[in-house]
Amino acid sequence: MPSRTAQIRFVSSHPEVYEPCDDSFALVDALLADRTNLLEHRPTLCMEIGCGSGYIITSLALILGQEANGAYYMATDINPHAVKVTRETLDAHGVDAELITTDIASGLARRLAGLVDVIVVNPPYVPTPEEEVGRGGIASAWAGGENGRSVIDKILPIADILLSDKGWLYMVTLTANSPSDICRQMRQKGYASRIVLQRSTEEESLHIVKFWRDFDTQGAASDIYSVKKTGHANLVESLLSQCSQLSFWRHNNGNSS
Amino acid sequence: RENEQRARKRKMRLLTHNMLSSNIKGVANGFPLRIEVEKVVEKQVDFNADFLKNMFAKIEWKALVDASRSMGYSELPGDANPAMLDSDDFLQKFHHALLELHLEEGALVCPETGRKFPVNKGIPNMLLHEDEV
Repeated sequence: MPSRTAQIRFVSSHPEVYEPCDDSFALVDALLADRTNLLEHRPTLCMEIGCGSGYIITSLALILGQEANGAYYMATDINPHAVKVTRETLDAHGVDAELITTDIASGLARRLAGLVDVIVVNPPYVPTPEEEVGRGGIASAWAGGENGRSVIDKILPIADILLSDKGWLYMVTLTANSPSDICRQMRQKGYASRIVLQRSTEEESLHIVKFWRDFDTQGAASDIYSVKKTGHANLVESLLSQCSQLSFWRHNNGNSS
Repeated sequence: RENEQRARKRKMRLLTHNMLSSNIKGVANGFPLRIEVEKVVEKQVDFNADFLKNMFAKIEWKALVDASRSMGYSELPGDANPAMLDSDDFLQKFHHALLELHLEEGALVCPETGRKFPVNKGIPNMLLHEDEV
């Protein structure tokens, strides 16, 4: 009997690949909470950027169903180990997605422009020194540069190209990424947004944001949101001191599920 | 024509090939990539007419025809138009070419530079070298 989401015991792993963690679970919980809307939406092409272990794309495929339901899944990762692990995770759950080893959507964006109905992203959002971004290997799973925004800011314009008129984007962010600033920038591209799920730990808060094209309100946003830089210095220090280990988020991860 | 039944593992389908283009710097038109086949597998995939009708407008037809021929399937008409979507025979052939021909091993070749993007275990690797970015 198929499970509602991917199950940890069937998720494959590799030392160079990010294991599912609080942020992965939060994104999948957000998708589950939006399940009825997603099913009514009847997406055709669904895509994950940065599939890691495959936990999220597998869960999405379980939630929405496969070809019989008219959906086609694609997932990319810059880390070839992650792509291989994702294949194993998909197989273990009896679901399927097309996998491509590439940087974000390089090689795909030209043809997929305006065609993707659902994009899910759990990006490398951890604030790190810029040099750590794009180093490859497992660090590519979390290294986000200044304010953790380097890769997010690369992904967003590409997502804008890929998304269809009815396209939805779900993305994991930290408070440190200034989600309100992200939403403001996306508003200028014509997107409405909503934080669909929030989860806090002692150190930080995860915000799962959903974006969709909002054709009623176009044009530049007013300065409702101002980017505040107070208080982040201590936060970044605290995050950086914990960054060296994958266990950044795993303070209580017995990983039973 | 027989479908090989194997483990559930699926490989790169022609729908994906139809969405891939060469991302090398300086390439003016990197689509479509030519397919070099080392291993093709045919896999049975559930038929959904709505999905096919939906995808039809998004597919570059000639690229699909050429790709399917390189995978050993020659049943697709050289040209297609939306009226043909009313024909079940056409839909079955479209379905087979788009979703059931899987490239397991081989390469996708840039039409301008000849650079090969490897496909291993059904996964295309589009990562560029430093001088190609």
